[in-house]
Amino acid sequence: MKRVYLFVPLIIFLALVALFAKGLKLDPTEMPSALIDHSVPEFSLPSLVAEERMLSREDLIGEVSLINVWGTWCPSCMHEHPYLMKLASQVPIIGINYKDVRQDAQQWLQKLGNPYVINVFDEQGTLGIDLGVFGAPETYVIDRQGYVRYKHVGVVDERVWLERLKPVIDRLRNEG
Amino acid sequence: MRTILRLFLLIAVSLTSQSFAAIDTYEFADEQTRERFYRLNHELRCPKCQNQSLADSNSPISMDLRREVYRLLEEGKNDREIKDYLVDRYGEYILYRPELSPHTLMLWLAPLILLLIGAVALIVLIKRRRLTLAQSSALDTEEQARLDRLLKDSHTATDKDLKARD
Repeated sequence: MKRVYLFVPLIIFLALVALFAKGLKLDPTEMPSALIDHSVPEFSLPSLVAEERMLSREDLIGEVSLINVWGTWCPSCMHEHPYLMKLASQVPIIGINYKDVRQDAQQWLQKLGNPYVINVFDEQGTLGIDLGVFGAPETYVIDRQGYVRYKHVGVVDERVWLERLKPVIDRLRNEG
Repeated sequence: MRTILRLFLLIAVSLTSQSFAAIDTYEFADEQTRERFYRLNHELRCPKCQNQSLADSNSPISMDLRREVYRLLEEGKNDREIKDYLVDRYGEYILYRPELSPHTLMLWLAPLILLLIGAVALIVLIKRRRLTLAQSSALDTEEQARLDRLLKDSHTATDKDLKARD
Protein backbone atom coordinates (compact mmCIF):
# COMPACT_ATOMS: atom_id res chain seq x y z
CA MET A 1 0.00 0.00 0.00
CA LYS A 2 1.22 3.46 -0.74
CA ARG A 3 2.55 5.53 2.11
CA VAL A 4 0.31 8.46 1.24
CA TYR A 5 -2.80 6.50 2.18
CA LEU A 6 -1.60 6.47 5.76
CA PHE A 7 -2.32 10.18 5.94
CA VAL A 8 -5.97 9.83 4.93
CA PRO A 9 -7.27 9.39 8.52
CA LEU A 10 -5.25 12.40 9.64
CA ILE A 11 -6.69 14.53 6.86
CA ILE A 12 -10.23 13.40 7.71
CA PHE A 13 -9.55 14.15 11.36
CA LEU A 14 -8.28 17.65 10.58
CA ALA A 15 -11.28 18.32 8.34
CA LEU A 16 -13.60 17.30 11.18
CA VAL A 17 -11.71 19.51 13.63
CA ALA A 18 -12.13 22.47 11.27
CA LEU A 19 -15.84 21.71 10.86
CA PHE A 20 -16.49 21.41 14.58
CA ALA A 21 -14.40 24.48 15.37
CA LYS A 22 -16.64 26.45 13.05
CA GLY A 23 -19.70 24.88 14.64
CA LEU A 24 -18.56 25.94 18.08
CA LYS A 25 -18.55 29.55 17.05
CA LEU A 26 -22.03 29.50 15.57
CA ASP A 27 -24.78 30.75 17.79
CA PRO A 28 -27.55 28.16 17.82
CA THR A 29 -30.07 30.67 19.11
CA GLU A 30 -29.55 32.85 16.09
CA MET A 31 -32.26 31.83 13.71
CA PRO A 32 -33.08 33.38 10.41
CA SER A 33 -36.46 34.99 10.72
CA ALA A 34 -39.04 33.60 8.38
CA LEU A 35 -40.54 37.07 8.21
CA ILE A 36 -37.60 38.89 6.62
CA ASP A 37 -38.83 40.71 3.52
CA HIS A 38 -42.39 39.79 4.37
CA SER A 39 -45.02 42.34 5.20
CA VAL A 40 -46.01 43.07 8.78
CA PRO A 41 -49.05 40.81 9.31
CA GLU A 42 -52.60 42.10 9.50
CA PHE A 43 -53.98 42.38 13.00
CA SER A 44 -56.59 44.15 15.07
CA LEU A 45 -55.57 44.75 18.66
CA PRO A 46 -56.13 47.47 21.23
CA SER A 47 -53.65 50.19 22.03
CA LEU A 48 -51.88 49.76 25.34
CA VAL A 49 -52.36 53.30 26.60
CA ALA A 50 -55.55 54.44 24.87
CA GLU A 51 -57.53 51.36 25.82
CA GLU A 52 -60.51 52.02 23.57
CA ARG A 53 -58.52 52.57 20.45
CA MET A 54 -58.12 49.60 18.09
CA LEU A 55 -54.90 49.41 16.12
CA SER A 56 -54.17 47.64 12.86
CA ARG A 57 -51.29 47.15 10.48
CA GLU A 58 -51.92 50.53 8.84
CA ASP A 59 -51.22 52.33 12.11
CA LEU A 60 -47.69 50.97 12.21
CA ILE A 61 -46.40 51.59 8.73
CA GLY A 62 -45.38 54.72 6.86
CA GLU A 63 -41.93 55.34 8.20
CA VAL A 64 -38.74 53.38 8.58
CA SER A 65 -39.09 52.29 12.19
CA LEU A 66 -38.25 49.77 14.84
CA ILE A 67 -40.79 47.34 16.21
CA ASN A 68 -39.85 46.33 19.73
CA VAL A 69 -41.50 43.36 21.40
CA TRP A 70 -41.45 43.76 25.15
CA GLY A 71 -43.17 42.85 28.40
CA THR A 72 -42.88 43.77 32.05
CA TRP A 73 -42.28 40.09 32.81
CA CYS A 74 -39.08 40.18 30.83
CA PRO A 75 -35.93 41.15 32.74
CA SER A 76 -33.90 41.83 29.60
CA CYS A 77 -36.55 44.36 28.56
CA MET A 78 -35.92 46.24 31.78
CA HIS A 79 -32.24 46.18 30.95
CA GLU A 80 -32.90 47.39 27.42
CA HIS A 81 -35.34 50.15 28.30
CA PRO A 82 -32.90 53.00 29.07
CA TYR A 83 -31.24 52.56 25.70
CA LEU A 84 -34.59 52.61 23.91
CA MET A 85 -35.27 55.94 25.65
CA LYS A 86 -32.09 57.28 24.04
CA LEU A 87 -32.94 55.82 20.65
CA ALA A 88 -36.43 57.28 20.60
CA SER A 89 -35.11 60.59 19.26
CA GLN A 90 -33.40 58.91 16.32
CA VAL A 91 -36.01 56.50 15.05
CA PRO A 92 -39.71 55.90 15.72
CA ILE A 93 -40.09 52.86 17.98
CA ILE A 94 -43.32 50.90 17.82
CA GLY A 95 -43.98 48.80 20.89
CA ILE A 96 -45.68 45.45 20.99
CA ASN A 97 -46.53 44.76 24.58
CA TYR A 98 -46.37 41.00 24.45
CA LYS A 99 -48.36 38.76 26.81
CA ASP A 100 -48.49 41.28 29.57
CA VAL A 101 -50.86 42.69 32.17
CA ARG A 102 -52.17 46.01 30.97
CA GLN A 103 -51.85 47.84 34.28
CA ASP A 104 -48.31 46.63 34.90
CA ALA A 105 -47.29 47.77 31.45
CA GLN A 106 -48.94 51.17 31.84
CA GLN A 107 -47.20 51.67 35.18
CA TRP A 108 -43.89 50.66 33.67
CA LEU A 109 -44.22 53.35 31.02
CA GLN A 110 -45.25 55.99 33.55
CA LYS A 111 -42.43 55.18 35.91
CA LEU A 112 -39.58 54.52 33.51
CA GLY A 113 -40.62 56.65 30.55
CA ASN A 114 -42.23 55.86 27.23
CA PRO A 115 -39.91 55.50 24.25
CA TYR A 116 -42.69 54.24 21.99
CA VAL A 117 -44.67 56.24 19.44
CA ILE A 118 -47.44 53.69 19.66
CA ASN A 119 -47.94 50.53 21.68
CA VAL A 120 -49.94 47.51 20.63
CA PHE A 121 -51.38 45.51 23.51
CA ASP A 122 -50.95 41.88 22.48
CA GLU A 123 -52.31 40.14 25.54
CA GLN A 124 -52.70 36.68 24.02
CA GLY A 125 -49.56 36.85 21.95
CA THR A 126 -51.43 36.36 18.68
CA LEU A 127 -49.60 39.10 16.82
CA GLY A 128 -46.45 37.68 18.39
CA ILE A 129 -47.11 34.31 16.77
CA ASP A 130 -47.79 35.94 13.41
CA LEU A 131 -44.48 37.78 13.75
CA GLY A 132 -42.64 34.63 14.75
CA VAL A 133 -41.79 35.98 18.19
CA PHE A 134 -40.44 33.38 20.59
CA GLY A 135 -39.26 35.53 23.42
CA ALA A 136 -38.72 39.10 24.39
CA PRO A 137 -37.08 41.42 23.68
CA GLU A 138 -37.08 41.18 19.92
CA THR A 139 -36.59 44.10 17.62
CA TYR A 140 -37.54 44.40 13.96
CA VAL A 141 -36.65 47.01 11.39
CA ILE A 142 -39.50 47.78 9.00
CA ASP A 143 -39.38 49.90 5.88
CA ARG A 144 -41.86 52.55 4.74
CA GLN A 145 -44.02 49.99 2.97
CA GLY A 146 -44.29 47.90 6.13
CA TYR A 147 -41.92 45.13 5.14
CA VAL A 148 -39.76 43.55 7.82
CA ARG A 149 -36.14 44.03 6.78
CA TYR A 150 -34.20 42.94 9.81
CA LYS A 151 -34.76 41.12 13.06
CA HIS A 152 -32.68 41.19 16.18
CA VAL A 153 -33.33 38.76 19.02
CA GLY A 154 -32.16 40.00 22.40
CA VAL A 155 -31.28 43.27 24.00
CA VAL A 156 -30.63 46.31 21.83
CA ASP A 157 -27.62 48.20 23.13
CA GLU A 158 -25.19 50.68 21.65
CA ARG A 159 -23.23 47.99 19.85
CA VAL A 160 -26.26 46.30 18.32
CA TRP A 161 -27.65 49.67 17.29
CA LEU A 162 -24.46 50.90 15.64
CA GLU A 163 -23.40 47.63 14.07
CA ARG A 164 -26.65 46.07 13.04
CA LEU A 165 -29.74 48.23 13.19
CA LYS A 166 -28.47 51.68 12.17
CA PRO A 167 -26.84 50.53 8.91
CA VAL A 168 -30.10 48.89 7.83
CA ILE A 169 -32.13 51.94 8.79
CA ASP A 170 -29.77 54.31 6.98
CA ARG A 171 -29.92 52.18 3.87
CA LEU A 172 -33.72 52.06 3.96
CA ARG A 173 -33.99 55.79 4.49
CA ASN A 174 -31.75 56.43 1.52
CA GLU A 175 -33.82 54.17 -0.66
CA GLY A 176 -36.41 56.94 -0.48
CA MET B 1 -23.08 -3.82 41.35
CA ARG B 2 -25.95 -2.25 43.16
CA THR B 3 -25.07 1.21 41.86
CA ILE B 4 -24.90 -0.13 38.35
CA LEU B 5 -28.29 -1.69 38.77
CA ARG B 6 -29.67 1.56 40.09
CA LEU B 7 -28.17 3.49 37.24
CA PHE B 8 -29.66 1.06 34.79
CA LEU B 9 -33.07 1.40 36.41
CA LEU B 10 -32.82 5.14 36.31
CA ILE B 11 -32.01 5.12 32.63
CA ALA B 12 -34.79 2.65 31.91
CA VAL B 13 -37.30 4.78 33.74
CA SER B 14 -36.19 7.99 32.09
CA LEU B 15 -36.52 6.31 28.71
CA THR B 16 -40.01 5.03 29.24
CA SER B 17 -41.41 8.24 30.60
CA GLN B 18 -41.16 10.14 27.38
CA SER B 19 -43.01 12.65 29.34
CA PHE B 20 -45.38 15.33 28.37
CA ALA B 21 -43.72 17.86 30.60
CA ALA B 22 -46.59 20.17 30.07
CA ILE B 23 -50.14 19.17 30.69
CA ASP B 24 -52.83 21.26 29.16
CA THR B 25 -56.38 20.19 28.96
CA TYR B 26 -57.72 20.08 25.46
CA GLU B 27 -60.92 18.43 24.43
CA PHE B 28 -60.96 16.64 21.12
CA ALA B 29 -63.86 15.66 18.94
CA ASP B 30 -62.42 12.20 18.38
CA GLU B 31 -59.47 10.00 19.22
CA GLN B 32 -57.92 10.52 15.81
CA THR B 33 -57.61 14.27 16.28
CA ARG B 34 -56.08 13.75 19.68
CA GLU B 35 -53.45 11.49 18.19
CA ARG B 36 -52.72 13.98 15.44
CA PHE B 37 -52.35 16.69 18.08
CA TYR B 38 -49.81 14.65 20.01
CA ARG B 39 -47.95 13.59 16.92
CA LEU B 40 -47.71 17.16 15.64
CA ASN B 41 -46.52 18.41 19.01
CA HIS B 42 -43.78 15.82 18.99
CA GLU B 43 -42.68 16.73 15.50
CA LEU B 44 -42.65 20.46 16.05
CA ARG B 45 -39.78 22.08 17.78
CA CYS B 46 -39.96 24.67 20.51
CA PRO B 47 -38.41 27.84 19.07
CA LYS B 48 -37.13 29.02 22.43
CA CYS B 49 -35.72 25.87 23.94
CA GLN B 50 -33.98 24.46 20.87
CA ASN B 51 -33.72 20.83 21.87
CA GLN B 52 -37.24 20.13 22.97
CA SER B 53 -40.39 19.49 21.05
CA LEU B 54 -43.53 21.46 21.69
CA ALA B 55 -44.90 18.49 23.59
CA ASP B 56 -41.83 18.39 25.78
CA SER B 57 -41.51 22.00 26.66
CA ASN B 58 -43.16 24.06 29.31
CA SER B 59 -42.04 27.43 27.99
CA PRO B 60 -44.74 30.03 27.37
CA ILE B 61 -44.11 30.05 23.66
CA SER B 62 -44.62 26.29 23.49
CA MET B 63 -47.89 26.61 25.35
CA ASP B 64 -48.99 29.26 22.87
CA LEU B 65 -47.97 27.17 19.91
CA ARG B 66 -49.73 24.10 21.27
CA ARG B 67 -52.83 26.23 21.61
CA GLU B 68 -52.30 27.38 18.05
CA VAL B 69 -51.95 23.79 16.82
CA TYR B 70 -55.14 22.92 18.65
CA ARG B 71 -56.96 25.88 17.13
CA LEU B 72 -55.84 24.92 13.64
CA LEU B 73 -56.90 21.31 14.19
CA GLU B 74 -60.29 22.49 15.34
CA GLU B 75 -60.55 24.58 12.19
CA GLY B 76 -60.14 21.36 10.25
CA LYS B 77 -56.71 22.09 8.84
CA ASN B 78 -54.66 19.10 7.77
CA ASP B 79 -51.14 18.33 9.03
CA ARG B 80 -49.52 19.83 5.97
CA GLU B 81 -51.37 23.13 6.41
CA ILE B 82 -50.57 23.32 10.10
CA LYS B 83 -46.88 22.78 9.48
CA ASP B 84 -46.86 25.33 6.67
CA TYR B 85 -48.58 27.82 8.93
CA LEU B 86 -45.85 27.49 11.54
CA VAL B 87 -43.01 27.39 9.01
CA ASP B 88 -44.33 30.67 7.55
CA ARG B 89 -43.85 32.28 10.94
CA TYR B 90 -40.93 30.48 12.53
CA GLY B 91 -39.07 29.09 9.57
CA GLU B 92 -37.96 25.57 8.71
CA TYR B 93 -36.34 25.50 12.10
CA ILE B 94 -39.62 24.56 13.73
CA LEU B 95 -39.77 21.19 11.98
CA TYR B 96 -37.91 18.40 13.69
CA ARG B 97 -38.17 16.50 10.44
CA PRO B 98 -37.11 19.03 7.84
CA GLU B 99 -38.61 18.98 4.38
CA LEU B 100 -36.58 17.75 1.45
CA SER B 101 -35.45 20.95 -0.23
CA PRO B 102 -32.25 22.14 -1.93
CA HIS B 103 -30.65 23.36 1.26
CA THR B 104 -31.62 20.31 3.33
CA LEU B 105 -30.63 17.88 0.58
CA MET B 106 -27.22 17.30 2.14
CA LEU B 107 -28.82 16.58 5.48
CA TRP B 108 -31.02 13.90 3.99
CA LEU B 109 -28.50 12.38 1.63
CA ALA B 110 -25.39 12.45 3.82
CA PRO B 111 -26.22 9.24 5.75
CA LEU B 112 -26.94 7.42 2.50
CA ILE B 113 -23.71 8.64 0.93
CA LEU B 114 -21.70 7.66 3.99
CA LEU B 115 -23.33 4.25 4.00
CA LEU B 116 -22.44 3.79 0.34
CA ILE B 117 -18.83 4.82 0.93
CA GLY B 118 -18.66 2.38 3.83
CA ALA B 119 -20.15 -0.45 1.78
CA VAL B 120 -17.79 0.15 -1.14
CA ALA B 121 -14.80 0.28 1.19
CA LEU B 122 -15.87 -2.97 2.83
CA ILE B 123 -16.33 -4.76 -0.50
CA VAL B 124 -12.95 -3.59 -1.76
CA LEU B 125 -11.27 -4.73 1.45
CA ILE B 126 -12.87 -8.17 1.37
CA LYS B 127 -12.01 -8.68 -2.28
CA ARG B 128 -8.43 -7.66 -1.73
CA ARG B 129 -8.02 -9.99 1.22
CA ARG B 130 -9.45 -12.92 -0.75
CA LEU B 131 -7.07 -12.22 -3.56
CA THR B 132 -4.00 -12.20 -1.33
CA LEU B 133 -5.15 -15.35 0.46
CA ALA B 134 -5.66 -17.17 -2.82
CA GLN B 135 -2.27 -16.03 -4.05
CA SER B 136 -0.43 -17.12 -0.95
CA SER B 137 -1.94 -20.60 -0.85
CA ALA B 138 -1.75 -21.52 -4.51
CA LEU B 139 1.58 -22.64 -5.98
CA ASP B 140 2.48 -22.15 -9.57
CA THR B 141 3.81 -25.09 -11.59
CA GLU B 142 7.43 -24.23 -10.98
CA GLU B 143 6.94 -24.08 -7.22
CA GLN B 144 4.95 -27.32 -7.30
CA ALA B 145 7.77 -29.06 -9.15
CA ARG B 146 10.29 -27.77 -6.63
CA LEU B 147 8.15 -28.98 -3.77
CA ASP B 148 7.81 -32.44 -5.28
CA ARG B 149 11.55 -32.60 -5.78
CA LEU B 150 12.21 -31.57 -2.23
CA LEU B 151 9.79 -34.13 -0.87
CA LYS B 152 11.29 -36.84 -3.00
CA ASP B 153 14.80 -35.92 -1.90
CA SER B 154 13.84 -36.01 1.71
CA HIS B 155 12.25 -39.44 1.25
CA THR B 156 15.34 -40.88 -0.33
CA ALA B 157 17.39 -39.19 2.34
CA THR B 158 15.39 -40.80 5.13
CA ASP B 159 15.54 -44.13 3.37
CA LYS B 160 19.30 -43.85 3.26
CA ASP B 161 19.43 -42.85 6.90
CA LEU B 162 17.35 -45.79 7.90
CA LYS B 163 19.49 -48.13 5.93
CA ALA B 164 22.62 -46.63 7.42
CA ARG B 165 21.26 -47.21 10.90
CA ASP B 166 20.69 -50.85 10.11
